[in-house]
Amino acid sequence: MRKDRTEMSEDDDRSPPLDLRGADIAESSSKTRNCSGVTGPVAGPGPSSMEFQAPYPDQVLENVLENVLQFLSTRRDRNAASLVCKSWCRVEALTRSELFIGNCYSVSPRRATARFARVQAVAIKGRPRFADFNLMPLDWGAHFAPWVNAMAAAYPWLEKVYLKRMSVSDDDLTLLAESFPSFKELVLVCCDGFGTSGLAVIASKCRHLRVLDLIESEVSDDDVDWIACFPESETSCLESLIFDCVECPINFEALERLVVRSPSLKKLRLNRVVSIGQLYRLMVRAPQLTHIGTGSFRAPESVAQGDPEPDYTAAFAACKSLVCLSGFREILADYLPVIHPVCANLTSLNFSYANVDAEQLKSVILHCHKLQTFWVLDSICDEGLQAVAATCKDLHELRVFPIDAREDSEGPVSEVGLQAISEGCRKLQSILYFCQHMTNAAVIAMSNNCPDLEVFRLCIMGRHRPDHVTGAPMDEGFGAIVRNCKKLTRLAISGLLTDRAFSYIGKYGKLVRTLSVAFAGDSDMGLKYVLEGCPRLQKLEIRDSPFGDSALLSGLHHYYNMRFLWMSSCRLSPQGCQEIARALPRLVVEVFGGENGELHGDETVDILYMYRSLEGPREDAPGFVTILQ
Amino acid sequence: MARAVSYGGDDLNLEATELRLGLPGSDGHEKQSSSATVRSNKRASPDVAEDQSARTKSNNSIVSDAGNGDGDSAPPAKAQVVGWPPIRSFRRNSFHGQAKKTEGDGAGMYVKVSMDGAPYLRKVDLKVYKSYPDLLKALEHMFKFTIGEYSEREGYDGSEYVPTYEDKEGDWMLVGDVPWDMFISSCKRLRIMKGSETGGLGCL
Repeated sequence: MRKDRTEMSEDDDRSPPLDLRGADIAESSSKTRNCSGVTGPVAGPGPSSMEFQAPYPDQVLENVLENVLQFLSTRRDRNAASLVCKSWCRVEALTRSELFIGNCYSVSPRRATARFARVQAVAIKGRPRFADFNLMPLDWGAHFAPWVNAMAAAYPWLEKVYLKRMSVSDDDLTLLAESFPSFKELVLVCCDGFGTSGLAVIASKCRHLRVLDLIESEVSDDDVDWIACFPESETSCLESLIFDCVECPINFEALERLVVRSPSLKKLRLNRVVSIGQLYRLMVRAPQLTHIGTGSFRAPESVAQGDPEPDYTAAFAACKSLVCLSGFREILADYLPVIHPVCANLTSLNFSYANVDAEQLKSVILHCHKLQTFWVLDSICDEGLQAVAATCKDLHELRVFPIDAREDSEGPVSEVGLQAISEGCRKLQSILYFCQHMTNAAVIAMSNNCPDLEVFRLCIMGRHRPDHVTGAPMDEGFGAIVRNCKKLTRLAISGLLTDRAFSYIGKYGKLVRTLSVAFAGDSDMGLKYVLEGCPRLQKLEIRDSPFGDSALLSGLHHYYNMRFLWMSSCRLSPQGCQEIARALPRLVVEVFGGENGELHGDETVDILYMYRSLEGPREDAPGFVTILQ
Repeated sequence: MARAVSYGGDDLNLEATELRLGLPGSDGHEKQSSSATVRSNKRASPDVAEDQSARTKSNNSIVSDAGNGDGDSAPPAKAQVVGWPPIRSFRRNSFHGQAKKTEGDGAGMYVKVSMDGAPYLRKVDLKVYKSYPDLLKALEHMFKFTIGEYSEREGYDGSEYVPTYEDKEGDWMLVGDVPWDMFISSCKRLRIMKGSETGGLGCL
């Protein structure tokens, strides 16, 4: 799972440009006013190969700075350092090797590559999250092409690319493969626009490829045998190959050969086309695997009843380093026991594609004492969650997905499961919980029992649904979460919620960076509470809530601090959005809707998506997008 | 919240006659699957595309409920709202079969479709369609061409393009000759041939 990507979603705590003038900037006495061009080659400490000259104090400082700054690793620290003065800014830029672009439209590729000259790893995020749920029309943007083109020229030594919610074409992948001879890692999360032909180019041309991770991306089937494109003659340095989202058949023999010649392979996640028998063959070749994503987990059709099957249990037992299991597509629960040998070592288990019931889960989970991350379907019911609570004392992250994702489906998990988890898993840091019914009491209990909670996302699938025992709104439950969970940075709310819930969030949610709101609130006050009360708010996504222009205006002081604001099906007018655009020139205010992108004055805005940017209106906006100015 | 008809209204009105790319056996919830399927095919059928743009034009919610905060007073057959609950389509589509406890067949029946002259192949899930007209319409929209009328005697006489398929025995057959159920159980791949090349199929 994506635990190791949490770093990627961390938002830098940058002060807005306007505050900079007012801040107390410590200026070193040796700072120079025109420090450009003063530094010589800054390869390391000690005299350069040039003739010895008493170095200017500024040059010494720059050399020292560079050597010190290269130890700064987090974005937050680097951003802070870069704000100290121009000299620090320049040296920091020279020593930054990992570039994180939280919104691909906030800065242009040209500007980014001009400032940061020595980047080896790039992470870029594109579309807003609500695009995942079909709320955004297709072809909105977030193209990788301009980035890869700029980087091809600027970063010939580029090694790693991480993209999330970007549109990537086969041509982009080809350019990537051809431009970066040291390329090592490609991770595509929730991306689309490419196919197996692009993967084939990556496989064949990236000779130092260590990581190829395709996570929840849409990959078109171009009828290309990309697995066979990994060079056959050499030992491969592949460490991670994740392709469970690729919904096309693969050449299994080629995959098997690839696994055999990849002694460093640690992570392998197969797609559902791979049968359990094939998985067996791979596992016996690669007992060093630490992360396995099974393909289909049932007997292959060609095996008749009573045919001898491989000893799957032994294969699992041989994987002594296995800590993460996922996959289990189309599971036949009879096969579950084969994973028993590894349960005791598992820290991460993803059953979110496995339709198993409580009994079937129990047989597995009671061995999983070390489990820290658990994704599962609500098919396990409250009873299954109770079993988890009883065993998994070290649980940090829980996600419970609905097997039947409709508003009026049955809802096998409820407040009972949530309560049990809160009592059993005291170290919980992150929870995503889909249910049909919930009570304030259970949510309050969690707020008290799980003080380490940083991420609380509760999705009561029935819109506007109150506490099903008391009939009250869910205000008090969420209020308790923001009040008691002092480390909370991410919150998603649901159920029947009045403005009071928002007042709690504004009052107590001081560390909240990401807030997700749907079908909630009574009036503009709700949004105002949040915009006025949450200084760390970076990402705000709202749908179908009665917030209008007045509420929108109340956030003017804060929008430059945010990565984006999304509001769809609310009560905004074109004029209201226009006012924001006029007041904040560095904000790009996109509204969608209307015929050919024209908005009429008396209509409400369907979708507002706005974000700070150094570049002004983007040039690749499709016809249905209007950028207000 | 002013515009047009609410999504709920659209769904209920058009359901009976609508051509959808959603998976069979579901209700209005299909809408979300269909738009999700549309997402992966780069060209959408006009019906679905219209629906989708209609959805994004008009407010996505059922407006009357949202403002009143009257909780669960919606009519019994609640029309589904776009993007709610917030589950990614990949995950949602994985369980369409399993939620109803049908063994195995949640996976769909994907076959490759090639068209003479088109640069790359596509894939369609045959289980999504209920009949030949369904399938043919979808293919027409996917590849932007028209197929003429099918007749038992003449095949697709008069069409510039003719749909054919490869059956389990490896033979190339004309789409439409056998009953639909027999077709979907025997079809391994589809090929849309240029009408001039179909001499061997005895339909011209």
